[in-house]
Amino acid sequence: MAKTGTIGDTVFRTILFIFAATIVVIVVAMILMMVWNSVPTIKEFGFSFLTGTDWQPASNVFGAVPFIYGTIVSSLIALIISVPISLGIAVYLVEQAPKQVATPVAFMVELLAAIPSVVYGLWGIFVLAPFIRNYLGVFLQNYFGWLPFFQGRLTGIGMLTGGLIMAIMITPIITAVVRDVLEVVPTTQREAALALGATKWETTKIVLGNAASGIAGAIVLGLGRALGETMAITMVIGNAPQISSSLFEPAYTIASVLAANFAEATDEMYMSALIEMGLVLFLVTFVVNGLAKLLVARVAKGTGTAKAT
Amino acid sequence: MRNLLAIILVFTVALAMACSGESFGDGSSVSGGRTKLQGAGASFPKPIYEKWMSEYGKLHQNIRIDYQSVGSGAGQKAIIAKTADFGASDDPMKDDDMKKADGEIVHIPTVLGAVVLTYNLKGVDKPLKLTPEVIAAIYMGEIKKWNDPKLKTDNPDANFPDADITPVYRADSSGTTAVFTDFLSDISESFKEKVTPSKQPNWIKGVGLGAKGNDGVMGQVKQTPNTIGYVEVAFAKENKLPVALIKNKAGNFVEPSIENISSAAAGAVKDMPEDLRVNITNAEGENTYPISSFTYILAYKEQKDAAKGKALVDFLWWAVHDGSQYAKDLHYAPLPKEIVEKVEAKINSLTADGKQLHESAKAAGK
Repeated sequence: MAKTGTIGDTVFRTILFIFAATIVVIVVAMILMMVWNSVPTIKEFGFSFLTGTDWQPASNVFGAVPFIYGTIVSSLIALIISVPISLGIAVYLVEQAPKQVATPVAFMVELLAAIPSVVYGLWGIFVLAPFIRNYLGVFLQNYFGWLPFFQGRLTGIGMLTGGLIMAIMITPIITAVVRDVLEVVPTTQREAALALGATKWETTKIVLGNAASGIAGAIVLGLGRALGETMAITMVIGNAPQISSSLFEPAYTIASVLAANFAEATDEMYMSALIEMGLVLFLVTFVVNGLAKLLVARVAKGTGTAKAT
Repeated sequence: MRNLLAIILVFTVALAMACSGESFGDGSSVSGGRTKLQGAGASFPKPIYEKWMSEYGKLHQNIRIDYQSVGSGAGQKAIIAKTADFGASDDPMKDDDMKKADGEIVHIPTVLGAVVLTYNLKGVDKPLKLTPEVIAAIYMGEIKKWNDPKLKTDNPDANFPDADITPVYRADSSGTTAVFTDFLSDISESFKEKVTPSKQPNWIKGVGLGAKGNDGVMGQVKQTPNTIGYVEVAFAKENKLPVALIKNKAGNFVEPSIENISSAAAGAVKDMPEDLRVNITNAEGENTYPISSFTYILAYKEQKDAAKGKALVDFLWWAVHDGSQYAKDLHYAPLPKEIVEKVEAKINSLTADGKQLHESAKAAGK
């Protein structure tokens, strides 16, 4: 009996290992494949691919900077808007809302997460872009027009619209995960805090502190979706490879340029440039995720010491 | 134990099905007396090709032709790599690409299309009149406002707003863009130099915005005031978009009607190279619409599979003759007579084992 038990365990462990190894193999294989296929541009341009600001496929000039800029800035806008809102929703649902409210709202949030991105894109073109052109953009230009971010031509299509649409897209994801994280914080902690005379706000702060690493994980997840988002952002960001200080101006993200151009990339150099862009997206994602993880570790440590004192 | 058995059973059945599926679909051209042809390429002629294929299929039950609209570039790639029996492309293949192919590729024009300019502008009721020079200047950011005097001279009645012009272009690589930029490069040296005619040219930074596909450009123009964009004529007519009149070589402002587009091909016929790879923008003719173009089917001159080759030439012959009646309803311009004659010669030049395919089809009593 005992013997079969160990054999069973070994088999079980091996199977699990194979599953875990698959993901590593897939990632490594993808990277190798992309490196292999982008050899022509790596050879031709070397490091200047990553520092070039011009993207002129007709003249075989390829620089990734406008795309890296567009990807990071649009994702940052999305995060800046989405994170506070998501945290607010999740805290309200877990800590404050009565069950009759919490259940339907939570359901709604999950529903939002299931909407395909092309629908968000259409909504962006038909609702969000006119709203920004006619109201939000005008407001920002009137009161904050002295900032370089809000100057220039206002078409409703551009970086700000792209960031906003992604904020809406990642909010349900962050909210859903944060809610789950908050729910597993033991009730005893809340009771203890309340028993010590803490207000609801103070209690929430303690709960949030204990859930910090989980919350950070949720944000990283949302960021991942924003960095890789393709369809919706292609429809509203304006797809122009340029770097402009104005958030009203069109921009371009790495994922969008890939989605828009892969089918028609016949030229070897151009194909290679696009694949290298994919590699750059990998790199950007790694770096940004790494930074986020670092930040998480910092925050977690900070709250840890706060608890100890 | 029972679960395990069930799982094994399911796996076995699935495996068996997968295997048998493979043996059925071994890609043989003639299965059950049916000849299958697979084409791939340009998205612009997809509606007319699908119409042709379904009508032709009704007449010839033993032939089945499928078409995948994957884009002109992919169509050229497909014929070079021989992943399709025929390719389709809006712009003719470049010499370098022709050399990559294993055999001579023949360009067969099927219908004509055109690129039109559509706009979103309040206060302009009559169709906007545009000269090629003005269009080039708008797309290079040299004309920035709608009330620019250069626009006013050609449109004296229009009440132009004092608003920024936002030109919209195709963000994806596209045959439509190639035709459009060819046209503008033809009349403007500086456009040719700065933007470069291409399926994906070097649009000048800070001037316009890009959108994916004809529908993307349409969506952007429809939704955003003071924009101008270019789309395929069939697409514009289908969606009832406002369309500008363009000044042609003869100095007339013409609309992209079927007749005016066909006239572009007729106007270009005397300068037509033997292989029919030609750019017919800015063609001669009193009423010629200047941003017109052929769309081509690409096939190997020497067909490896005689049955497929025969099906292809019969279909092409039918398409440019009987098939042309379907073109107008779908907003394509049929080839004018002068061109059809040239196309006939091209179709007759296709061979299998050195034998002319089209004639041999006739001899067989088809």
